[in-house]
Amino acid sequence: MSAVYRMPSLGADMEAGTLIEWVKQPGERFAKGDVIAVVETQKGAIEVEVFHDGVMGRPLVETGQRVPVGTPMAEVELVDVQRAAAAAPGGEPPAERRAPTRTAAVRTLPGATSPPEPAGARSITVPRRLRASPAARRQAQQLGLALADLAGSGPDGAIVLRDVVSAGGRAAPVRPPAERPAPRRGPNLDAMRGAIAAAMSRSKREIPHYYLSHTIDLTRATDWVAGHNAVRPPERRILLGVLLIKAVAVTLRNYPQLNGFDREGRFEPATGIHVGSATAIRGGGLVAPAIHDADRLELDVLMDRLRDLVARVRAGTLRSSELADPTVTVSSLGERGVDRLYGVIYPPQVAIVGFGTPSPRPWVVDGQVVPRTLVTATLAADHRHSDGHRGALFLAQVGQRLQEPDTL
Amino acid sequence: MTHNEIRAAALEELINVAPDLAEETIPVDADLRETFDMDSMDLVNWVAALHRRLGVDIPELDYPKLRSLDATAAYLAGRLGISQTPGPP
Repeated sequence: MSAVYRMPSLGADMEAGTLIEWVKQPGERFAKGDVIAVVETQKGAIEVEVFHDGVMGRPLVETGQRVPVGTPMAEVELVDVQRAAAAAPGGEPPAERRAPTRTAAVRTLPGATSPPEPAGARSITVPRRLRASPAARRQAQQLGLALADLAGSGPDGAIVLRDVVSAGGRAAPVRPPAERPAPRRGPNLDAMRGAIAAAMSRSKREIPHYYLSHTIDLTRATDWVAGHNAVRPPERRILLGVLLIKAVAVTLRNYPQLNGFDREGRFEPATGIHVGSATAIRGGGLVAPAIHDADRLELDVLMDRLRDLVARVRAGTLRSSELADPTVTVSSLGERGVDRLYGVIYPPQVAIVGFGTPSPRPWVVDGQVVPRTLVTATLAADHRHSDGHRGALFLAQVGQRLQEPDTL
Repeated sequence: MTHNEIRAAALEELINVAPDLAEETIPVDADLRETFDMDSMDLVNWVAALHRRLGVDIPELDYPKLRSLDATAAYLAGRLGISQTPGPP
């Protein structure tokens, strides 16, 4: 069945994207979960995945072209007609520009985080995938270097700026210091600031937030993590933040009204618990990519996923499903912060859980004042879809889960 | 391995785990967390990379000693049993 592939929406704050490269060439087959293109957004270069099997057709958009969300980008031939009709972003004209079809497609794709690398045959037909940070791409373009000629030393073998710089040093004349470009990081920080502004303005304009706060004794959890890590080599140690994410994810199973999306005033519960982990970007801005099915991951696996996500936030090589899929957000201030975080919901999600910086405080245990490690957890939730009573029960249960770290 | 060689290795591994710092000039005595916004994930990845590269298993309790590149090099040299004079105080 013929269809068109459209510029996907990778979050409520995305208006347009720039095609950086077609990963699939005309005539090439693709399978569900494959990366079809790399698109530059405010959040960096995103590897865009497809949600059905098919064959790449004629491109309608050229490399370097910036087009609004929903714009036809290529003709494609879809293989599985029925599933395609339900899931294809281009299967039917979007009812609105931020087509909810994206979410429908996501549901057919459990475990999209790590698309299996099956079929040895595939690697024969697929050209070498070029993972590269936007800064690296820009620099390579400036120096007239082909990315394909460079070796990547970043996460997943991504080509990062230093690879281009070192190759440029050999291949191109060294530019005088005066021409050194301004320092650039993965994402376009100005554009990202604009995107955050748009999403947060929409949130504060449209979402009637209610806020709850709860002090949680983290002593057991921190002791457990310290004991866990003391007997493990550095590469197998975990962070306290992983326990916090897991506790939230597991508790959300009992509170489905906090895990899902607002669809023009109606609540659409999510089918999985995909926790968006708010990650600050050095130099400003943040992104909250999804850890898929966080409630079902062992802590070690969750740590690996988080490590991988943070690394790719740093390098600017996130995947589309990670940006578009979060069903709830968790934001932790970490070790260097303040007591409490008042979250702003990322639309169309309906809740955000915040954790302040854990610190030693006086606390009453069995009638005695004793020093304990405390953290203030907060919930900001959409009052159109849940009430403070349920929200409070949720937050209290997160606290209880953290008293039994070995069950997480 | 001299102090400077250890420090160079530590810097290289730091850039590997935080490639967005590649363009920064990092003074050897700068506080990495305060000045370069290094978070706990960067730190744990850096410690793992140093373990792989130098064979030094840094316990969590010692993480605060990795304050700057110089402090880290001095700490690693001590753990490697390399005696050295890190310069006048």
